[in-house]
Amino acid sequence: MGTAVQYIYLAAAASFVIGLHLMNNPATARRGNLLSGGAMAVAVAATVALLISWGTVSTTAWLVIAAGAATGSTAGVYAARRVHLTAMPQLVSLFNAVGGGAAALIAIAHLLSETDPGARFTVPGALDILIGAVAFSGSLVAAGKLQGWVPAHPIVYRGARLLPVVLAAGVLAGVLWLVAAPESLGALLLLTAAALGFGVVMVLPIGGADMPVVISLLNAAAGLAVSLAGFVLDELVLVIAGALVGAAGSILTKLMAEAMNRSVLHIMLGGFGTGDGGGAAAGSEAQVRSVTVEDVAIQLAYADRVVIVPGYGLAAAQAQHQAAALAALLEERGVTVTYAIHPVAGRMPGHMNVLLAEANVPYPQLRDLEQANPEFPQADVALVVGANDVTNPAARRPGTAISGMPILDVDRARSIVVIKRSMGHGYAGIDNELYTDPRTGMLFADAKQALTDLAAAVRTFVR
Amino acid sequence: MSTPLVIVVTAFVLSLLVGFEVISKVPPTLHTPLMSGANAVHGVVVIGALLVAAVADNLIGYLLAFAAVAFGAANVVGGYVVTDRMLHMFRARGRATGRTEA
Repeated sequence: MGTAVQYIYLAAAASFVIGLHLMNNPATARRGNLLSGGAMAVAVAATVALLISWGTVSTTAWLVIAAGAATGSTAGVYAARRVHLTAMPQLVSLFNAVGGGAAALIAIAHLLSETDPGARFTVPGALDILIGAVAFSGSLVAAGKLQGWVPAHPIVYRGARLLPVVLAAGVLAGVLWLVAAPESLGALLLLTAAALGFGVVMVLPIGGADMPVVISLLNAAAGLAVSLAGFVLDELVLVIAGALVGAAGSILTKLMAEAMNRSVLHIMLGGFGTGDGGGAAAGSEAQVRSVTVEDVAIQLAYADRVVIVPGYGLAAAQAQHQAAALAALLEERGVTVTYAIHPVAGRMPGHMNVLLAEANVPYPQLRDLEQANPEFPQADVALVVGANDVTNPAARRPGTAISGMPILDVDRARSIVVIKRSMGHGYAGIDNELYTDPRTGMLFADAKQALTDLAAAVRTFVR
Repeated sequence: MSTPLVIVVTAFVLSLLVGFEVISKVPPTLHTPLMSGANAVHGVVVIGALLVAAVADNLIGYLLAFAAVAFGAANVVGGYVVTDRMLHMFRARGRATGRTEA
């Protein structure tokens, strides 16, 4: 029985790889996920069959398993079905939390039940508790920030430099202690508590706009923790699947950090500036040109090419359907509409793509950074909806907070319209020079309302 | 009887490399479903939770096992369901495009 189950695990691991491979293409991605999910169901069923075949599992243990599985599945399905697509980053973060948490709990339970595990198991066990607990508490804080329960701006407090150092020392001491004395309850408690605390203080100082990097990193951490749990339990399928996720999270972390031209270490050491939505910039307001919905509607309706530049503001206002509706209306008039999507627009990798997919935006209209930039000079209007720092031409000059960050060349379009609620700063806390460009018109409004009004105004020109 | 450590480390390293190879080809459009799908894959932790729960024999053990199974189940079930929900929209968009082009 045990051998048969191992072969089933191997088949499942292979299916996970093939499933991820099928994610390369939107046409096959859904099949890939179904393959991966089906293999997972078979692997779990095989595990249950294995436990039954042992005949040693107590009734209480079965009840615990049934209760846990029912509770977890219900919560998982409820969250997965009900959560708004704009809240997807929070949900992914929560799944990172529970995955990392489960991996840490496995190591804790295993070390508590074994009498003399040996370094072969205590070293990965200690690392599993460390990484799993950090992924757990860090992801919860990240989800809280994304949901607005924890302030999104970098939180600064007295001892903000000292506390992480103290906790890191506690973590290190806990790891060494636990490896030296695996039966020590004190070591287990110290390590778990210090790691949980470290996860919290690690994510608290990070600003909302750095979230794509943070979520990717926590995803990698949760994967790694699961892999280490596999070392502890001597279960290869956990080792393999966890490592796959660790690789996926690492690649996304690297891509996101590159798209911001900042090192991962720099981001983890805290956000720059004062954070999101700082006060209005004194002096710059005099130079901006404010425009009305009617002005913009005329510009759009008589343009040949319009590029829509979505950012977090679009997600926050849940305005993806209104953007798509306006684009469809313009297309009807013969205007060519494309969307220029910066890799770190939004709060997680690919955030804008998912929102636009929900609004049924046709694929061929989407442009990534490399494709979009050569097209801006031909664009009559660049319509910036809730994007800020990723459009700031100041990134091209040295000496600013965002210098060297790859940006969308929005300022090279013939004219620019920015829909924004106020002159508030982006996360970098600096003025956006795009707004003071003489060719830029600022439409001060909520994104959803502005896009709805624009569509209505354009419609009057169609008739 | 446990698997020789070198075998486990081999599986770990090769899986990391396979992961890098497979995932670096995913286009930015699919980054969110990819992350969510990878998230579901680490729900495999539920198998570990089952194995730990099966040998639990005291109150602390049962509590830890309950939490681990519940977390793992939420991860694996929720992860696959939400990824499917997202990918469904990507497919729907493909159909919509086909209609407008026709």
